[in-house]
Amino acid sequence: MAHTTARAEQYNFDIVRKFTIMTLVWGVLGMTAGLYIGSELAYPFLNFDIPEITFGRLRPVHTTLVIFGFGGSALFATSYYVVQRTCQARLSGGSWANFTFWGWQIAVGSAAISYLFGYTQGREYAEMVWPIDLLIAVTWVVYLFIYVQTIRKRSQPHIYVANWFFIAFILATALLHIFNNMAVPVNMFSLSSYSLHAGVQDAMTQWWYGHNAVGFFLTAAFLGMMYYFIPKQVGRPVYSYRLSIIHFWALIFLYMWVGGHHLHWTALPDWTSTLAASFSILLLLPSWGGMINGIMTLSGAWDKLRTDPIVRFMIVSLSFYGMSTFEGPLMSLKSVNALSHYTDWTIGHVHSGALGWVAMITFGSLYHLIPRLWETKMYSEKLIFTHFWLATIGIVLYISALWVAGIGQGLLLRAFDDYGNLAYTFVETVSFLNLPYIVRALGGLFFVTGIVLMSYNTYMTIRQSKKEQAKMEAKIAAKMAQA
Amino acid sequence: MKHETIETNAGWLIALTLVVISIGGLVEIVPLYFIDSTIEEVKVDGKETIRPYTALEQRGRDLYLREGCYTCHSQMIRPFRDEALRYGHYSLAAESKYDHPFQWGSKRTGPDLARVGKKYSNEWHVQHLIAPRSVVPESIMPNYPWLAKQKLDYKDMADRLRALKMVGVPYSETKAEFDTNVERFGKDVAEQLDINRAEKNLITQAAAEIMMVIHP
Repeated sequence: MAHTTARAEQYNFDIVRKFTIMTLVWGVLGMTAGLYIGSELAYPFLNFDIPEITFGRLRPVHTTLVIFGFGGSALFATSYYVVQRTCQARLSGGSWANFTFWGWQIAVGSAAISYLFGYTQGREYAEMVWPIDLLIAVTWVVYLFIYVQTIRKRSQPHIYVANWFFIAFILATALLHIFNNMAVPVNMFSLSSYSLHAGVQDAMTQWWYGHNAVGFFLTAAFLGMMYYFIPKQVGRPVYSYRLSIIHFWALIFLYMWVGGHHLHWTALPDWTSTLAASFSILLLLPSWGGMINGIMTLSGAWDKLRTDPIVRFMIVSLSFYGMSTFEGPLMSLKSVNALSHYTDWTIGHVHSGALGWVAMITFGSLYHLIPRLWETKMYSEKLIFTHFWLATIGIVLYISALWVAGIGQGLLLRAFDDYGNLAYTFVETVSFLNLPYIVRALGGLFFVTGIVLMSYNTYMTIRQSKKEQAKMEAKIAAKMAQA
Repeated sequence: MKHETIETNAGWLIALTLVVISIGGLVEIVPLYFIDSTIEEVKVDGKETIRPYTALEQRGRDLYLREGCYTCHSQMIRPFRDEALRYGHYSLAAESKYDHPFQWGSKRTGPDLARVGKKYSNEWHVQHLIAPRSVVPESIMPNYPWLAKQKLDYKDMADRLRALKMVGVPYSETKAEFDTNVERFGKDVAEQLDINRAEKNLITQAAAEIMMVIHP
């Protein structure tokens, strides 16, 4: 017990525990919202003529809850954990860490509620209205401050590689958030605002933001997770130190250039979109460099894949990372993009990254983290295995269905008959999507079931930990009484 | 400089990271504001034919955002043969230069809407929004019956146009600004862009459009 108290004083794990729990709460809610809107596409009656749950209003709820609620809370939790462990220093800023917790949770929660009632900026992944944007900005500055201060009081000369990625993620997110959300409110009492930029410039700013929400929020930061939790879980050092240096600088440099590939063939000038495509292809190199660095960390410990479900989550996440960072450059080629853009292929691609990479590395890391935070074992290892299979099958169903949907619809839309007329009307291609949409929803159901099991497993683990602690305390009390 | 210097010094790490992540955006976004050819000039007989939205149109656009229409519809026609046949001439940059925010979209669960205006009658449109499947049986679009029932809130119409003016849309408030608009867009359009008449303009235009539904 003395050991426990010492550790509790050395590190602030309380904040990590809070964010970990919220990761699961938002994960379940956000993924369920995703499952629901996916089902609305297959069965439109599910919109029920209720404004608050129509696809258009619920979709930002889904994206915000999974990216910022689930992903964001996971990043706060793991970054606060990793920075303390690797710096061997307690988190700086005292109760300001709690401020970041409440700031973030209120921002995510109020954003989701406001979308239901139609308050939105109408910018993808940046739908939050201006007061929420301000709250996020303040929270983020405090986060940066806490993080940097903790690094500065480290008892190690070197800043561990995972922290480079977390730092880059925090800085880039601040930059992107501020420049993309510049707007003038209608008046001080209105939640509505109009963006500072318009048309072409606005589109480029938004996708510079949008793709780097992927690049920094959903990639760089999760690579930070990878660089700490994979070596820890397999008990081996990172494969190549040099590779991690190249990986880091190349990745953060190149990502910032590629947003324009979301705007191929639009009114964006050709030079910008060509530049974006070129950098997208270059980006394959650091992405795969990072993947190799992660996977090869396992060399000499491959047998762990057979016995350790956490390592499985991690390795599968890296495989999906490799796959989607190959698919991304492919889709950023203008000729491929001509077919894939505006179709479900894009949605499939996003999810192979978001479910396959982001969620899987998060699950793996949290399964590593939870027993350490609550100082016990996971309640059930079997449930972790079940979760692993549910998640993996879910992703495979999901992305295969949307490959069929996206590529299929893309081909139908550009088909001509013998007389040079369009072979299909738009709505005929919509009918074609029905079956893939059903399979996609099924895939989503698998994935949601997985995270529900994980939440149950976590809940039972926490309960078990409390019981164990009570037992221990009773024992000590008994001993004390004897003495 | 050795990499060790960066790794052991938080200041260096932060400074260099900031430099490295700033370059892409600076090179790709900033020139879009300064290269004239980014946005074409579209004029007929010396008058600009691409104009800011009228009060009613802007309010409609606000509802387009509110309902999240952009999550399923694009407003950006690409220069391909099938899109030309399906949606019309490809979109010009100039056509969205007054769009705050842009609504090009990223996914077409439904068709592109850039040139859908005037393609169908107002009557069709009302029916389609209330119950899409009553006119397009295979459609998967949600019903929007509340759009026909809810009263449009236009109390803050002038404030809205004023905010848009602050971000660069040429709505007029003074006589001088009005005269400039007459010069640029002609008198009829200039009157629609007058913030002082925002509410009145909105009501007049709405009444005219409703008449089109009742007496097409």
